[in-house]
Amino acid sequence: MGRTFVGMPPFPVAARTALADSQLRRNLAHATGTIRGKRAGAVAELEDWEDLGAQAAAVKDRTLAHLDEHLVALEEALSARGATVHWARDAADACAVVADVARRHGIDEVVKVKSMATQEIGLNEALAEQGIAAWETDLAELIVQLGDDLPSHILVPAIHRNRAEIRDIFRTRMAAAGRPAPDDLTDDPAALAAAARLHLREKFLSARMAVSGANFAVAETGTLVVVESEGNGRMCLTLPDVLVSVVGIEKVVPTWRDLDLFLRLLPRSSTGERMNPYTSMWTGVTPGDGPQEVHVVLLDNGRTRALADEYARQALRCIRCSACLNVCPVYERVGGHAYGSVYPGPIGAIINPLLRGVGQDPQVDALPYASTLCGACGDVCPVAIDIPGVLVHLRTAVVDAHRSDTRPTAEALAVRAAAWTLGDARRLALAEKAAGGAGRVRRGRGMPGGRGAVSWLPFAGSRWTGARDLPLPPRESFRAWWRRGGGTEEGRR
Amino acid sequence: MATCLGDAMFPEAPRATVRLLRRLGVDVEVPEAQTCCGQPMVNTGYLDEAVPLVRTTVSAFEGFDAVVVPSGSCAGSVRHQHGIVAERAGDPALVDGVARLGPRTYELSEFLVDVLGVTDVGASFPHRVTYHPTCHSLRMLRVGDRPLRLLEAVRGIDLVDLPGAEECCGFGGTFAVKNADTSVAMGSDKARHVVGTGAEVLVAGDASCLMHVGGLLSRQRTGVRTMHLAEVLASTADDPWTQEATR
Repeated sequence: MGRTFVGMPPFPVAARTALADSQLRRNLAHATGTIRGKRAGAVAELEDWEDLGAQAAAVKDRTLAHLDEHLVALEEALSARGATVHWARDAADACAVVADVARRHGIDEVVKVKSMATQEIGLNEALAEQGIAAWETDLAELIVQLGDDLPSHILVPAIHRNRAEIRDIFRTRMAAAGRPAPDDLTDDPAALAAAARLHLREKFLSARMAVSGANFAVAETGTLVVVESEGNGRMCLTLPDVLVSVVGIEKVVPTWRDLDLFLRLLPRSSTGERMNPYTSMWTGVTPGDGPQEVHVVLLDNGRTRALADEYARQALRCIRCSACLNVCPVYERVGGHAYGSVYPGPIGAIINPLLRGVGQDPQVDALPYASTLCGACGDVCPVAIDIPGVLVHLRTAVVDAHRSDTRPTAEALAVRAAAWTLGDARRLALAEKAAGGAGRVRRGRGMPGGRGAVSWLPFAGSRWTGARDLPLPPRESFRAWWRRGGGTEEGRR
Repeated sequence: MATCLGDAMFPEAPRATVRLLRRLGVDVEVPEAQTCCGQPMVNTGYLDEAVPLVRTTVSAFEGFDAVVVPSGSCAGSVRHQHGIVAERAGDPALVDGVARLGPRTYELSEFLVDVLGVTDVGASFPHRVTYHPTCHSLRMLRVGDRPLRLLEAVRGIDLVDLPGAEECCGFGGTFAVKNADTSVAMGSDKARHVVGTGAEVLVAGDASCLMHVGGLLSRQRTGVRTMHLAEVLASTADDPWTQEATR
């Protein structure tokens, strides 16, 4: 158990593999289509939806601008209520804190609430190296974990699986992890859920330590908030004696009044529900009730790097609703694995380069280009992150990071050649005249202007003509037509 | 603004735009200094390389009342991206020039409906047509249903709804070659929807998107032609638009 995204090929290569999987494409199209429809209905119910989003974005921006102060306030409030606060610069720091707590209590098994931050830092794998088993208790995360698979969606990590595949995973893998699935398990969703409930119930009742993330951290009282649908989170947050929560530093909101906005936005934008079934809130330690030892790990892991970019820091507003994944036509066709991160889709294409930095890893550098800039993601974002704008901004950062390379790429040379040709009308006119020669050589029909089609081009051109024709260049450019009196009667033909 | 793609590869679109605007009584000029708005460079991350192109564009279109662009994405680039390029260049004069150009720049359907105040441009096009609203016209410029209102007023047109119309066709500029497989997968779904409408002609307001979907429609021998919105609107009963004229 414990596959990671380390070593994944860059997006274009990974996408090609995913596109060849027709079952995956059917699963994704069906699932994202369903969530899209549900969300649209839930959002349409609120007349002030856009206004709520603008307010929420303003709260996040204000908080991020003074993040240091809000984090110190959060730490003070948490400490005053009996929680132990740890600051983690990176993944290794955070994983070490969690492992330390487990080791001190002699614990070798923990239950987990679904958490993006712990996925991001590879906590399960780090704990496994220390001999500590971390059991995912969210149904979809359980499917991914038992299947020795990788998550492919922020909200629905097993979205790439259909129920027949899930039944097979439960039948073959559940026994090794605890209570086995019944022999007569069918692919009926209720039967699959019942098998998972029985399997997980054992974990909830035996685990002495839980690990969670948090959707929000309210600075004024030191309250952490987890929003979930299945009740597994509530079990993990109340039953074990020890609770460790790994919280990204951007999750802080100053006040409960601020929190209110986000609790209205998140369920509608993520699952398309007016309200999510379970919202758990806890403030440090409550004597005699719930976990008696509470730790909070405040995680940086690249967030201050993202914060330093004054334009792109808007990505830190993200509340992980995954609406942008569900509307993305690229995501719908290739799925989440191609992004090579626990954060896939449009938000992944900006958050990964921001957290990890550009110019070092070709996999990361390819992510801002994994988009047609169609804008559907930006339109649907509940906290108004201009995702297409940030994508272009990060593409610029990628290009700039390679400007001092001793050998420019073929792409850079091609772009510079194009920019040179296009930089002056006379040069462009000459290029058009040369291209127009091809139109004289070959005649055809069917393409615009009644021109013939080019069906084969060499080298990089083959990436176009692999599946698409291209018209022959026109014999006369628009510029040439205009010059000989375009639009006047004699110039019209 | 002819756009570089319209100038070099699809002269039908700017030629039809000229004819249409003249018919509507607009005094049309085509500044010969224009080349490319720089969008391909900006969207691929090459901001420095876009600076001379933005400079050329700003100076070529200085002094006109309105700049009409038969492309949602080029108009979008002028209005929403040129400022970023000018800031990068650190040239206050260019920043000013961009600030003057943006508000005077209109995508074709915006100019017709908002500036000229017409939806019936007197066009006639007796064919079965389906319309694909391009992403940048829809989500960057917010042209809304202006192109459809223009098309609905065309005599003899049989305008049929395109299923999944608002979903991207998969072109995406350099995305089409950098992520060719995904681009083609998206375009194939778009082409399938187009063919399903039974339309003879696929119409859109961006030659680039039409180049992509049209390339797939041609390769798959569907028999569906692509035409720019301007070509349909330029066509009249007395003087039907024939693409062969621009061959």
